[in-house]
Amino acid sequence: MEIVLALGIGVLTASGVWLILRPRTFQVIVGLSLLSYAVNLFIIAMGRLRTGAAPILAERAAGDPARYVDPLPQALVLTAIVISFATTALFLVVLLASRGLTGTDHVDGREPEA
Amino acid sequence: MTRLADHLIIAPVVLPLLAGAIMLALGGEQRRSINAAINVIATFALVAISIALLRAADSAPGGVAGVYRLGDWAPPFGIVLVADRLAALMLLLTSLLALAAVVFSLARWHRVGVLFHPLFQFLLMGINGAFLTGDLFNLFVFIEVLLAASYGLALHGSGSARVSAGLHYIVVNLAASLLFLIGVSLIYGVAGTLNMADLAVRIPTIRAEDRGLLETGAGILAVAFLVKAGMWPLSFWLPGTYAAAVPPVAAVFAILTKVGAYIVLRLWLLLFGDHAGVSAQFGGEWLLFGGMATIAFGAIGCLASQDMARLAAYSVLVSSGTVLAAIGFGQVGATGAALFYLISSTLGLSAFFLLIELVERGREPGADVFAVTRELYGEEDEEEELAIIGIAIPATLAWLGLAFVGSALIISGMPPLSGFIAKFALLSAALSLGKGPVSVVVWTFLTILILSGFAALIAMTRAGINAFWVSSDRTVPRVQVIEMAPVAVLLLLCAMQTIEAGPVMRYIQATAQSLHAPDDYIRGVLGTAIERPDKGR
Repeated sequence: MEIVLALGIGVLTASGVWLILRPRTFQVIVGLSLLSYAVNLFIIAMGRLRTGAAPILAERAAGDPARYVDPLPQALVLTAIVISFATTALFLVVLLASRGLTGTDHVDGREPEA
Repeated sequence: MTRLADHLIIAPVVLPLLAGAIMLALGGEQRRSINAAINVIATFALVAISIALLRAADSAPGGVAGVYRLGDWAPPFGIVLVADRLAALMLLLTSLLALAAVVFSLARWHRVGVLFHPLFQFLLMGINGAFLTGDLFNLFVFIEVLLAASYGLALHGSGSARVSAGLHYIVVNLAASLLFLIGVSLIYGVAGTLNMADLAVRIPTIRAEDRGLLETGAGILAVAFLVKAGMWPLSFWLPGTYAAAVPPVAAVFAILTKVGAYIVLRLWLLLFGDHAGVSAQFGGEWLLFGGMATIAFGAIGCLASQDMARLAAYSVLVSSGTVLAAIGFGQVGATGAALFYLISSTLGLSAFFLLIELVERGREPGADVFAVTRELYGEEDEEEELAIIGIAIPATLAWLGLAFVGSALIISGMPPLSGFIAKFALLSAALSLGKGPVSVVVWTFLTILILSGFAALIAMTRAGINAFWVSSDRTVPRVQVIEMAPVAVLLLLCAMQTIEAGPVMRYIQATAQSLHAPDDYIRGVLGTAIERPDKGR
């Protein structure tokens, strides 16, 4: 499972970095979204990967930490997802405003002179 | 301490949140005058709260006014807010700048876009939270709050220049936030805690094979902060955004780069101070050389600027670079001088950002560009100047000119205002580092520091001459008292910092000492907890 996750994070990051270096605002926003997925997976990985283990205590079975997965990274991911979702939405609005004001979707607000 | 005083620590976060929420609940844009009143009152209350916290922190043993446990969960499991000397000082600086900016905005700028007042309060909430929090992930949350509000404020007033500058600002900061998360999770993965004090205790006990991972995490985290602080290779977004923002917003943004500098100061000295064992002073030379490169870049930018807003934005970089380089020495004296410089330059820059718009108001747009070009190409196409001898200078212009001279003195570090004392403190701290002969690095730092002051002086004199003396056909700008008063107050604060340099310096030296020996901070947060055995994660 580790290799799948590592490859997933790697592919997402590489695609994200490539996309945010592109000149079109839409590519940049997709790139940022991909990067944020990669980061979310990475945070989960930092809490160690476990299958079949819950992050919350089961009834009458508390006491043995080995049976649970670390809940903190999961809480962090939840926060990170919410925040990146909100900022992406905000960025989308700015993107549309920029498109409306400048008439182009280039990140600099004007087409490069050929 | 009474119970009420204990809750004072969370007031700088709760008060702006409530104020902003009430403004939105009252109907946002339809009630702008009520919103403005709430904004001024809340910001004024923040100044009072910060002064109370500052006094509490200064009189408390160990310099920690108090540790506020959110939800009463004991650290390191719960999140804590810590009000120590540094946090209280930064809170006071923020609220003073905010008060000046909000009063200034009442004259006209709060009308040029929507929801200025609520966004302003949310920005303050984020900044204050970032200064107070004692938890790494909570820091991320507060920084996102302040960034989200700053995105809105950077675009305040709209227009294609602001929107495209804002677009870059948002992308750069979103990418930096992702780096922040990677850094935080790496550190958590190695150390198993996010509480800053707890991290400081655990870092010396990290096993050698995990140390590389920890330092990688800290490095990535530092990149995220240094983007915000505007260190040189990471700072190309800054001049455009700051120059495009409306003046009251730019005046508050002057503190945003200092949030980055604050975090570097706090985390680096707490986690990688002299007590950190093998990792002590990790990355210090990066701060030092990066800071010096930033000063050089900012100074060249100042000289090359063709309008005053960009000049101010590059001066922000110079100020930021100076603070980072001085922190990078990793010595108590240099840190204290850096803090003194930070206060003085932030106040001066803030006043300058407000002043620019007042000065520019009476001139046709692009006059600066024209003036610079005219210098370059000789003055051949200049029309015949009429003999203007003995024209009385209007009182407004005299005031503006005086304020301009004041902020130029502070920013370039000339006597008699606080900028000079700050530069002098930096120079003397750098010269008295260590024993024996002064090293090449220190000489380089001194040279760059003095040259940057010189560059700022040249650039500001040129801008001042163009603004006040050259254009004889200018109309006298119509300036209201509530626009001039904030500038005057900020400059007076700098004058106060000069006159009261003794007490201010004493406070700042105490701050620097507790930053370099954070035992009191750690004891304050973790209670009596002593080094616990590492669980070997």
